[in-house]
Amino acid sequence: MPGVEGFMYPNEVSLYWSVLIVLYPFITGLVAGAFILASLERVFRVEAVKPTYRLALLTALAFLIVAPLPLQLHLGHPERSFEMYLTPHRSSAMAMFGFVYLWYLMAVLVVEIWLDYRADIVRLSQSTTGWKRLLYRIMTLGSDNISQGALRIDERVGWLVTLIGIPSAFLLHGYVGFIFGSIKANPWWSSPLMPVVFIFSAMVSGIAAVMLLYMAATRLRRQPIDMRCVDTIAMYMFYIFIVDFSLEMLDLIHRIYEADESFRSLDFMVHTRLRFSQIVLQLIVGTLTPILLLALTQVTKLSAIVRKRIYVISASLALIGIFAMRWNVVIGGQLFSKSFLGYTTYKMALATREGLLVSIALTILPLLILAVLVKLLPPWTEQTHASIPAAAAAQAH
Amino acid sequence: MRIPKDARHLFRLAGLFAVGTLSFLVIRSFIVPRSFGQYGHYRGASIAEIAAHPVHFAGHQTCETCHADVAQTKSSGKHAQVNCEACHGPQAKHADDPSIDPGKPDTAVLCVRCHAASAARPKGFPQVDADAHSNGLPCQTCHQPHNPAIAAGGSK
Ligand code: HEC
Ligand code: HEC
Ligand code: HEC
Ligand code: HEC
Repeated sequence: MPGVEGFMYPNEVSLYWSVLIVLYPFITGLVAGAFILASLERVFRVEAVKPTYRLALLTALAFLIVAPLPLQLHLGHPERSFEMYLTPHRSSAMAMFGFVYLWYLMAVLVVEIWLDYRADIVRLSQSTTGWKRLLYRIMTLGSDNISQGALRIDERVGWLVTLIGIPSAFLLHGYVGFIFGSIKANPWWSSPLMPVVFIFSAMVSGIAAVMLLYMAATRLRRQPIDMRCVDTIAMYMFYIFIVDFSLEMLDLIHRIYEADESFRSLDFMVHTRLRFSQIVLQLIVGTLTPILLLALTQVTKLSAIVRKRIYVISASLALIGIFAMRWNVVIGGQLFSKSFLGYTTYKMALATREGLLVSIALTILPLLILAVLVKLLPPWTEQTHASIPAAAAAQAH
Repeated sequence: MRIPKDARHLFRLAGLFAVGTLSFLVIRSFIVPRSFGQYGHYRGASIAEIAAHPVHFAGHQTCETCHADVAQTKSSGKHAQVNCEACHGPQAKHADDPSIDPGKPDTAVLCVRCHAASAARPKGFPQVDADAHSNGLPCQTCHQPHNPAIAAGGSK
């Protein structure tokens, strides 16, 4: 059989979980990471990252809206996924996750964004005209009370929501790792470290994405990049990256030392079929290089321009590396036979329902949604509140 | 209870959520089939629907009532435990109405399905490399399908 080497059981020859299932944890990871960056400012009061607070929330929302789409497309009958909400089975992690997702989207993200933007929404609903005015009016829920007292309450409730949001974000992404980690029949996945590794890599990717988006957006708006902000973000990214890397190494060393019956087969796979995506992309290009680059910015004094370049490069590499990590987990786990005697190949389709073009579209879609969100709810802090309606009104013409 | 004026918008939001949840529950009560959960975590009525599907397999006892000779031949060979319809496919229609011709299985496809040499089969299971073994001849030139041991009947 083409692409098959050694012995595969018949049901293992073709992969069921395609690139879309790789994309899914990548996207939810960005959501969780972006949210955690936002909560740094809110709960831990890291003032320096304030310029990215709102952008991070909107990024999380944009990606969260798209997150279920790869799964829907993967299902032959997407309409049936709704049954999961109607008649959930309590023993199914996937069914329960539907509620975690909904909780996170509605009770955490939307509420937090609404509370934070309420004052702006009310002002915009008064200064805009036409359909925009209607939209903002709906968003105010008919209340234009933005007195000091109301805003103070919003602030406190928002803080509480963020506090609840942090474990929710961990749950959201920890679950993805949990699903893989609890598949005991698959030695490549079955590991209690899986949820933890997923969470930390999610934080790295989310932080990297928001940093890149912030730098790109500031550039487009011809504004100066707040170096104190990106320096702080990069520092957090560096430390979390180190934790993430250590966890992954711990997992690796544990596997090597334990060397259970699957080890030879998996080891062979990593050195052959996954060599490029695991060793080159994930480890060298996507983890070690950005960590070293970021370390350089931490120990030496570099000019702002050099630091900026390093941040852009290492954040991009980190995103590549973490996508590769998802790829290696999802695709890698399906490349070897449970008999440990053979290997198959994954050939990505191009223009099918689960092909390359669809995944590219699904990666771009959240950015488009984000662009719309940013237009509707400008996240920029340099503009004082008074100037937001003016700017928005200027755009409306 | 009087809601503090500055927190009223929060109650509006909570109200919106309550309305959302309520309408979900109402819609749910309409969409979820009545018999769901009757016996377990599935639609109870599906049992009757599935039972109403036409039967495709007759079972070897049925075949043997008419084909006693074949059953006899088979019972003394290694294929004794292999079901008639494992080779002949589902034949309920034929068993109901023998004038429907069940056709004969193509041994070039059929026999290798179980006997082609493969690392996945238990070591003791009889398996051959079909091309080298049969030289392109149909298996039944030398093996009687119902009792395949060469010594037991050999070529017909
Ligand atoms: C009601 C009696 C009856 C039952 C039950 C029955 N058959 Fe038959 N079968 C016949 C008759 C009659 C013939 C035609 C005999 C002939 O042509 O020599 C036949 C012929 C066949 C043939 C030969 C067709 C051919 O082309 O020569 C096969 C194979 C066959 N039956 C398989 C089965 C199988 C398998 C079952 C069980 C699912 C089964 N039969 C059940 C009566 C029956
Ligand atoms: C190992 C597979 C196998 C099993 C099990 C099997 N058959 Fe057959 N049977 C065949 C094949 C192959 C032929 C066709 C032989 C040929 O083309 O000459 C056949 C032919 C027949 C025929 C046509 C007459 C003949 O003897 O050639 C009848 C009737 C028949 N089978 C009935 C049965 C019944 C009844 C059973 C169950 C008791 C059964 N078979 C089990 C493979 C099988
Ligand atoms: C559904 C699977 C199946 C199919 C199809 C099948 N067989 Fe078998 N065959 C078996 C089993 C099971 C045995 C018994 C193995 C054992 O006892 O170790 C067997 C045994 C044999 C043996 C060894 C007999 C002996 O006494 O050592 C031969 C030869 C054989 N089959 C030939 C054939 C031929 C020829 C066909 C095609 C007409 C065929 N088989 C189709 C399952 C199958
Ligand atoms: C030219 C005659 C001939 C043909 C055609 C033929 N066989 Fe055989 N086959 C034999 C002989 C003879 C033996 C017994 C050899 C032995 O016992 O070592 C045998 C043995 C077998 C065995 C038992 C092997 C074992 O290790 O016990 C199987 C299984 C088998 N044949 C399957 C097939 C299948 C499947 C086909 C059709 C693709 C086929 N044969 C076609 C002559 C033939």
